[in-house]
Amino acid sequence: MSMLELREVSKSYGQGSAEVHALREVSLSAQEGSMVAVMGPSGSGKSTLLTIAGTLEEPTSGEVLLAGQPVGTLSRNAKARLRRRVIGYVFQDFNLLSGLTAAENVSLPLELDGLSGRKARVAALTVLDRLGLSERASHYPDQMSGGERQRVAIARAMVGERKLLLADEPSGALDSVNGEAVMRLVHDACKNAGMTAVVVTHDAQLASWADRVVFLRDGRVTDQTVPAPGPESLLTTERNQ
Amino acid sequence: MSVRHAMLALLSEGPKYGLQLREEFEARTGEIWPLNVGQVYTTLQRLERDGLAESDGSGEAGPQKGFRITAEGEQELARWLRTPPDLSSPPRDELVMKVLVAVHVPSADVHEVIQAHRRYVVELMQQWTRIKEDDTGGDLSLLLAVDAELFRLDSVIRWLDAAEARVRRVAADGAMTRADRASPQNPMPRHRREARQRG
Repeated sequence: MSMLELREVSKSYGQGSAEVHALREVSLSAQEGSMVAVMGPSGSGKSTLLTIAGTLEEPTSGEVLLAGQPVGTLSRNAKARLRRRVIGYVFQDFNLLSGLTAAENVSLPLELDGLSGRKARVAALTVLDRLGLSERASHYPDQMSGGERQRVAIARAMVGERKLLLADEPSGALDSVNGEAVMRLVHDACKNAGMTAVVVTHDAQLASWADRVVFLRDGRVTDQTVPAPGPESLLTTERNQ
Repeated sequence: MSVRHAMLALLSEGPKYGLQLREEFEARTGEIWPLNVGQVYTTLQRLERDGLAESDGSGEAGPQKGFRITAEGEQELARWLRTPPDLSSPPRDELVMKVLVAVHVPSADVHEVIQAHRRYVVELMQQWTRIKEDDTGGDLSLLLAVDAELFRLDSVIRWLDAAEARVRRVAADGAMTRADRASPQNPMPRHRREARQRG
């Protein structure tokens, strides 16, 4: 089943000669439990695609469906509920609240959604533990490394019953080792926790963690990878003796 | 990959048999570089001939014959590890050639050519990354070899991105033919002219 589907989505800003087409008839779907990477240069429309997929912006035309349900007809409140309960966001610069500990940052969306503080904290600690961050639960963002902060941000995006993780250059501010750790977490969230992820990046090494890579250029989907065969063919297990 | 020095590296850990050397070579290089059995024994014979290794008996090198490194072999290994390989000449890269040619072929869309290569390289990177998914640290040699390949392919993608941006910029300036064609009005750049004269 498609967890996320964009059908001929276009987005333009401004009017007349000042009109800018950020997206042009983009169609894209992400199957449940899969990870899709969107690659493209700056200005190709990657971030716009993500904000529309996450219901943070309305498309000018076209349709967005979450788990088969069109979101365009939902009320503002229903969309806000969707963003609190179903969609998790990860940004390049982490966007953690500096006055809150890691556990408080992670539990905050659940508390905002009406869960009791105690239950929200238990859920936050569970996901922090799963991501190997239990010892950092009571640390503040400025007491953590960049890699740890991004892992906390991923925990915040996964906590509760979230189904869709949308990440905008999630490892853009990290070195390659921490970048890989972040992508491994996103990958595991899809394979083991049943989440679906859409990650936009210009970095091919990070995109290669995805099941499918979609190429965006000037607001259009220009190409995509086909499912790669297993890695066996790359290894020389069969040799001429 | 220097099989000769890889064998010396394995022997620096202690005496080993021919078959053992072959198996360990494959394991250490992440099974990425193929090696046939004949190469191992020929290399061992040459190491012995050059005084860099010695065997525990006479006769043909074979699976059951033991070898150990000599003091000269240790010195040769240390020298080799610290000597950078010759990277001064650009390799004849077929992908680079195809893009360079596509720029000048009237019927070719250079952006399509670049994208075809980009997609292929990303698909290859996805395959390499699958190996990392399956192995989270148990096989260090394999992970290092996979990283090396991923960084190499990543550099190809970066070049394709940069090439596409440059082609677009030049096309936008309308300067493609002026800048790229040598003519009396636009002579060959000085460094190319000098290199040709030297060569």
